[in-house]
Amino acid sequence: MTKEEIISPENRIYGKPSLMNDTPMHYCPGCSHGVVHKLIAEIIEEMGIEEDTIAICPVGCAVFAYRYINVDWIEASHGRAPACASAIRRLWPNKLVFTYQGDGDMACIGTGESIHAMNRGENIAMIFINNAIYGMTGGQMAPTTLMGMKTATCPYGRQADLHGYPLHITDLAVNLEGTCYVTRQAVNTVANIRKTKKAIRQAFENSLNKRGCSVVEVVSTCASGWKMSPEQANQWMTENMFPYYPLGDLKNIQN
Amino acid sequence: MYNGQKDIVLLKGNEAIAKAAIRYGYDGFFGYPITPQSEVLETLAADKPWETTGMVVLQAESEVASINMLYGAGCTGKLAFTSSSSPGIALMQEGLSYMAACEIPGVIVSVGRGGPGLGTIQPGQADYNQSVYGGGNGDYNLIVLAPNSVQEMCDCMGRAKELTFKWRMPVIVLSDGVIGQMMEKVELPPFIPRRTEEEIGQQCPWGTNGIGLKKRAYNFHSSLEFDPAVMEDRNRKMSAKYRQIEVEEVDYELYNVDESTEYMIVAYGISSRVSMKAIDMLREEGVKIGMLRPKTLWPFPEKVINQLSKQLKGILCVEQCEGQMIKDVRLAAEGQTKVYHTGRSGGIISSPMEVYEDFKQLTQATAN
Repeated sequence: MTKEEIISPENRIYGKPSLMNDTPMHYCPGCSHGVVHKLIAEIIEEMGIEEDTIAICPVGCAVFAYRYINVDWIEASHGRAPACASAIRRLWPNKLVFTYQGDGDMACIGTGESIHAMNRGENIAMIFINNAIYGMTGGQMAPTTLMGMKTATCPYGRQADLHGYPLHITDLAVNLEGTCYVTRQAVNTVANIRKTKKAIRQAFENSLNKRGCSVVEVVSTCASGWKMSPEQANQWMTENMFPYYPLGDLKNIQN
Repeated sequence: MYNGQKDIVLLKGNEAIAKAAIRYGYDGFFGYPITPQSEVLETLAADKPWETTGMVVLQAESEVASINMLYGAGCTGKLAFTSSSSPGIALMQEGLSYMAACEIPGVIVSVGRGGPGLGTIQPGQADYNQSVYGGGNGDYNLIVLAPNSVQEMCDCMGRAKELTFKWRMPVIVLSDGVIGQMMEKVELPPFIPRRTEEEIGQQCPWGTNGIGLKKRAYNFHSSLEFDPAVMEDRNRKMSAKYRQIEVEEVDYELYNVDESTEYMIVAYGISSRVSMKAIDMLREEGVKIGMLRPKTLWPFPEKVINQLSKQLKGILCVEQCEGQMIKDVRLAAEGQTKVYHTGRSGGIISSPMEVYEDFKQLTQATAN
């Protein structure tokens, strides 16, 4: 049996979405970004809206997100993706506009833009990858770094008097009148991947249906930044991140 | 208000900017209030163009957000503008660098006040360097237009629209608090419809708007490049474009300049209006003086200044700051004639008499 026969259409039970191209990913083994990218590509393909999608990528590891998914992308400056997306969604009122941001982008340098886009009720979806560390610059402290967690810029562990507290921006988002859907998910198990896919799809539908601003936080691993194997990272996330950032819907208004 | 033939109205410069943008078919405005230009957003809010032309108007949370909204709008091929004043334009410098890097169209109206820092809220021209030399990082230029009347504030919005798409780069309309606040007669342009989404798709095939995606490679705008050789190549292509703009887009106006001219004032914006009066006074005394008024500050009219410098006994650069454009005038003159500065700063504007007296004192000029 040849390879071609094995992968013939009737034998295929799983494949990568057609919007996902063959560019080799720059993400490290065990990183959550690749899974979330695949979900986004699948959802846009399933919804058949690739010609009505405008995607905004951040500064951080996902700065190169535009390389992998065949939709139109804009790389925003650090933290400003929500401002960029706000203008685009207002100028293109029938498009899906979403941002893809890390914790530094969403909850540190871009806190102002994030909060105000949410509070204006911009009809955008915000995908928020929270891995509690700065991956691209080499493992420095993030606004969401856990108390006691060691990073390159808090090498003895995060402590309140030196570094302040982790910022729960997703919890803040719940209290803003402009948000319609706020949820916290993960992609560490098959079950959680399915839940995350459902959440992102709902956020995208909210954008298209003008329901307001949706925030999908994905509590994620950064095996390289955490200096762990992918398996250890998943375990560490389950034991340490989930108690602090519990999974589930925080707000869901359907109207 | 409407005389049956032309729309001739009495407006502030800032109001003219807003009304012109609606009529020239701008798709959006994104800005943050700051003195002395708040009438731009106020006029747009009162005129409600979203109900007529479909133009989007949004008061942003900051100037940082405003310029990034402009970046997003321009990336998709839409025509958007923002408006601010000195400290607000300072906050936009990072965004301007990104827009220049990704070759994104957009129009920025800058109504200058006295600086530095929070400075004053009175008019100033201390933002020549900010606009022409920029505060953003990297090798880039911005086209800078310099209106000196309410009519030109209006006309610049049309000119900026043309230039920003022709060259795919941000255009700054550099005005000052006097031109922004003063009222003059202005003839408004006829209404030009906003482009349809189909027209945008045709005009801006680079736009990240999804149009026609199934039949083309996907578009993206990114300024990040890890390969220095590729980055250098990008920069050189941009430089080639800038050199071409220097050839094609220089614009200036001469006032009483001919082959007999011995002295020349170089001034833009409100300083050119003040200087005209001083020139009239000096010419009545027989001084052979005229003025060159740059209407584009970048590209700068350096060739004509260089040429005229050969016949001149001196140039007086009049700016309402401690002297910024004067460096470009000196570079253009290449030492062929002396270049002097006069002007007030901190929110004070020279009177024609001050320019007249400073000219006489600096140049020791006398009528032949």
